[in-house]
Amino acid sequence: MVELGAKITPNDVMAELVKVGLEEEGSHGGDISGPVVVGEVLSFQAEEQKNGKTIRWCQVRVATSGSEEIRGIVCGAANFAVGDKVVVSLPGAVLPGGFEIAARKTYGHVSDGMIASAKELGLGDEHEGILVLSSIGLDPEIGLDAIALLGLDESAAEVNVTPDRGYCLSIRGIAREYSHATGVKFQDPVLTIEPVMGSGFALEVKDNAPIHGKAGCSQFVLVGVSGLDAEAKVPDWMVNRLKLAGMRSISIAVDITNYVMLELGQPLHAYDLDKLVGGISVRRAKAGEELITLDQKTRQLHEEDLLICDEQGPIGIAGVMGGARTEVSSSTKAVLIEAAIFDPISIARSARRHKLPSEASKRFERGVDSSISRAAASRAARLLTELASGSFSGVGAEHSSDFQLPTIEMKLDYPGQLVGVEYSADEVIASLEEIGCTVTKIEDLVQVIVPSWRPDITHKTDLVEEVARLIGYDKIPSRLPVAPPGRGLTARQKLRRRVLAGLTGAGFVEVLNYPFVSAEQNSWMGPVGALELENPMQSEASFLRTSLVPGLISAAARNISRGSTDLALLEEGSVFLSNGASAVTTLPAGNVRPSEMTLAALKAAIPMQPRLVSGLLTGHWLPQSPGQHSILAGYSQALGAVEVVMQQAAVSFEISQLEIAGLHPGRAAHVLVAGKVVGFVGEVHPELASQNHLPRSVGVFELNLDEIFAVAPDLVQAQELGVMTALTQDLSLVVDVQVSAADLTQSIVTGAGDLLEEIRLVDDYRGKGLDAGQKSLTFSLLYRAHDRTLTQAEATAARDQAVELANQQFGATLRG
Amino acid sequence: MSEKLTPEVVANALQESLSALAAVEDAATLRNQKAQIVGDSSPISRLNALIKAVPNEQKAEAGKLVGGARAKLNQAFEEKEVKLESLAASEALANEKVDMTAAPKFLKLGARHPLSLLMDQVSDVFVGMGWEIADGPELENEWFNFDALNFHPDHPARAMQDTFFVRPVENHLLLRTHTSPVQVRSLLERELPVYVLCPGRVFRTDELDATHTPVFHQVEGLAIDKGLTMADLRGTLEHFARVMFGDEAKIRLRPSFFPFTEPSAELDVWHPDAKGGPRWVEWGGCGMVNPNVLLAAGIDPEVYSGFAFGMGIERTLMFRNGVKDMHDMVEADVRFSAQFGSVI
Repeated sequence: MVELGAKITPNDVMAELVKVGLEEEGSHGGDISGPVVVGEVLSFQAEEQKNGKTIRWCQVRVATSGSEEIRGIVCGAANFAVGDKVVVSLPGAVLPGGFEIAARKTYGHVSDGMIASAKELGLGDEHEGILVLSSIGLDPEIGLDAIALLGLDESAAEVNVTPDRGYCLSIRGIAREYSHATGVKFQDPVLTIEPVMGSGFALEVKDNAPIHGKAGCSQFVLVGVSGLDAEAKVPDWMVNRLKLAGMRSISIAVDITNYVMLELGQPLHAYDLDKLVGGISVRRAKAGEELITLDQKTRQLHEEDLLICDEQGPIGIAGVMGGARTEVSSSTKAVLIEAAIFDPISIARSARRHKLPSEASKRFERGVDSSISRAAASRAARLLTELASGSFSGVGAEHSSDFQLPTIEMKLDYPGQLVGVEYSADEVIASLEEIGCTVTKIEDLVQVIVPSWRPDITHKTDLVEEVARLIGYDKIPSRLPVAPPGRGLTARQKLRRRVLAGLTGAGFVEVLNYPFVSAEQNSWMGPVGALELENPMQSEASFLRTSLVPGLISAAARNISRGSTDLALLEEGSVFLSNGASAVTTLPAGNVRPSEMTLAALKAAIPMQPRLVSGLLTGHWLPQSPGQHSILAGYSQALGAVEVVMQQAAVSFEISQLEIAGLHPGRAAHVLVAGKVVGFVGEVHPELASQNHLPRSVGVFELNLDEIFAVAPDLVQAQELGVMTALTQDLSLVVDVQVSAADLTQSIVTGAGDLLEEIRLVDDYRGKGLDAGQKSLTFSLLYRAHDRTLTQAEATAARDQAVELANQQFGATLRG
Repeated sequence: MSEKLTPEVVANALQESLSALAAVEDAATLRNQKAQIVGDSSPISRLNALIKAVPNEQKAEAGKLVGGARAKLNQAFEEKEVKLESLAASEALANEKVDMTAAPKFLKLGARHPLSLLMDQVSDVFVGMGWEIADGPELENEWFNFDALNFHPDHPARAMQDTFFVRPVENHLLLRTHTSPVQVRSLLERELPVYVLCPGRVFRTDELDATHTPVFHQVEGLAIDKGLTMADLRGTLEHFARVMFGDEAKIRLRPSFFPFTEPSAELDVWHPDAKGGPRWVEWGGCGMVNPNVLLAAGIDPEVYSGFAFGMGIERTLMFRNGVKDMHDMVEADVRFSAQFGSVI
């Protein structure tokens, strides 16, 4: 189809193909060099070795440069007899994998070569014993070059074919692309195939339920071949080429259909003509129909499945897999070859429904050349006559629905406008003609009929890509577009960055955990409606997280197991809540803007996924160091972290102690902003900690950044700073231990009035000198007036008012 | 009171004081003895009494004599005081010496995750060019993730990406397989022209191994304006590559296929500082936005055109910073983040 120079390697081919968009995957075969010859085992002696192995010391007759000679070779296998013909790699040979053969001393003999196994020759995975040539039906002359005999010198380049390029799933398509890449002339093999006609076979094609209005089958060609030699061997070159393409040799008829598919891209199917009952019909399945496919599995057919049937019922799911009843076998004498064009969507759905992605369905899904069915069936029929002594039976049929190749209109300067290269009209037209288009120029327009093998080309931008890739993406110049002036990061984006910077600056390490958790992990932090994945990676982590804390707990446990025991972990990320959002079960079309109502409904159907920031601390906050005791990590640092976050948002908050699921019942609090709960802080419940192999003291916090952002000020108004001399006083109040410091503080602040500028709790004393059930809280107070220097008397008066209010509200008394 | 104020008497008193001063060896003693040496009880001060007995006509001279001695003494005292105080300060500092290499450190070191830092850095590059940063939900409706991006419901490309679906599947909810749905949202919500970058988390059902992870990060860029071409795409990517990989970096485009772009290209970057020498590295995908995507957002593809590109953050970190194994990026090992400082 295209000539490759003698020295061209698979890697050279791939280097060319990548330019036109076929990405290299790897090369196969061809990495063997002689002398590798046919030899005959004349005699051998079995010798038991100290290691328990038995080797055979063989005398093997080979021939090099025409003269026969006998060589002594050590062989570890035992699956051969005297007189067997085998493949001998002689010193100097290199086998696949860079395995160099040399005469070497082993097991007390000098082994002058190696008898090879099929695997060592790169002929498959068979490595139990050596390759006995008679076992694959060969009886060659001694000394014959085994590389040529077995087709070992053929090599293949593997490329990745993107889903739009169905025609590249064939040598014909790849050769055409190679021609585009290199300018080497392409000769279409289809044009050299002499058609084989047949008639008289009953065929009915009828689609009562087309998908998207498109008939399931547009072409259906049947060609009969009879008088097959069931004993015919598949030639080695064909076995080898199939193998290079990743396919196994099965039987002569099947191999030929596969070979032609690889060659031309048209999937074929061969039915055993003698097993068919009556004529063939192509139709959709009926409810309740079944088919036993080639893999001996019973398939429950769906009414959307397109079927090939004979009078007894289904004999295949069109384009996906044939049925067992009409399968060709080693006793098949006559076959009917099918070459058809099926609707890609119909085939894709059937293949997916039955989980049967096949070589055929892969090609149909991507679009098969609609003009080569007859040629492909003929090529297969001719190969059957050549290789299996068949003869054309004259039997056959053809269905062909009217089909017109699409015409696309494009302005000649459009490719240049989109690509940014000034292509001339001649360049555009020549490129399109080179890929097989029929181009008619009408003033500044072209009307382009796309080739039958390019069903992917449907729009003028598709034509632009063809022009651009043929002339070369390397011709595209570079120009930096100027965006309109931007506004920088949004306030929300800046808040995220500040929070992360603040917390990492304070000593936290950011981690990014998977959002997949178990139902139990989600339940740790209390019952929240969670979403479950249909297809999780692991069934024990099938839910989406509703809190970041379970992930942090697992991350902490992993770090501790690796010896990092002093941890302050931080994560910022989404959680997913099943908020009973309205469901949208029918999606709008893809290529038109949906109405605002539809868009709103689509968005409303997406569950809430607020972004949270959480932290978890355990081990030491500060480790012991010379002259300094260690400081344990826990709820204190978590409280500090909450302050950091709120300070970054310029939001004031309150802490309200209560019991919270997952947290230590006496060490847990809600964080409130403007009276609304935005998160929690405290210590992980010791049972939960121990269950996860964490130490007893684990500090934790979790805050909803979205809610904090919602109340965060855009702008902070500066307050006047007092510059008059301030007065400080300490105040110790005795109260019931149940009274929270926050409540008492509030009472003092209210009681002391405007003169009180700052209040700080400095001590919480319980014990000697106090009644049981009482505590003494000591505050440091700072008073200042804006317009004068305060006197002690004024400060004391303010304090007395504070004590009085605290006494009224909480029974607080001045500590004597 | 028989003693008379004679020069000898004054000299002796001065000498007596200077001797006492000379005997003092440390600042504390000097402070204690200040009165005896230069104060009221010092020998010089005692001479004041003698001046009274001097006849009036000689008083001036006597005063001068005593004053001179006192001046000398005061000067000597001050010099000694400066010397001893400075010695005392030095000793105090010497006594306060600590081993700074053994001193406790009270601030704790935190660290950003390099993936999150890298996304911020990429964002900064584009914000610097006037682009804006767009966000979108990780749990998406299928329409935004596929249909609006020209993935036909039966298109094989849809099977190319292995998608996590959320139950019940008939509600069409999935974890976004790319950041491209944010493109769609941007086009639906923003005024034209649009120049946005969408960094974020995406999900595909790949088993975690050295080079794959089911949860990873992408940045995706989208520009829609009048007259944008593939040359603008190339220029933007070249600028981006140079910022990320140095002035020697360049890019290469290879034909490819994505449903949401046409023409499409694979993007390779010439990485001048690659381990083992400069080389081409596969970096991402790009192309001109497919007219069907513009139509999904109600934009006329005959008037507007644009380009889109995307790349994996994990992959970028791997070849740019020499991270060998994907596990390191997802296992939350604090040592991994800590090693980067905040340099990315």
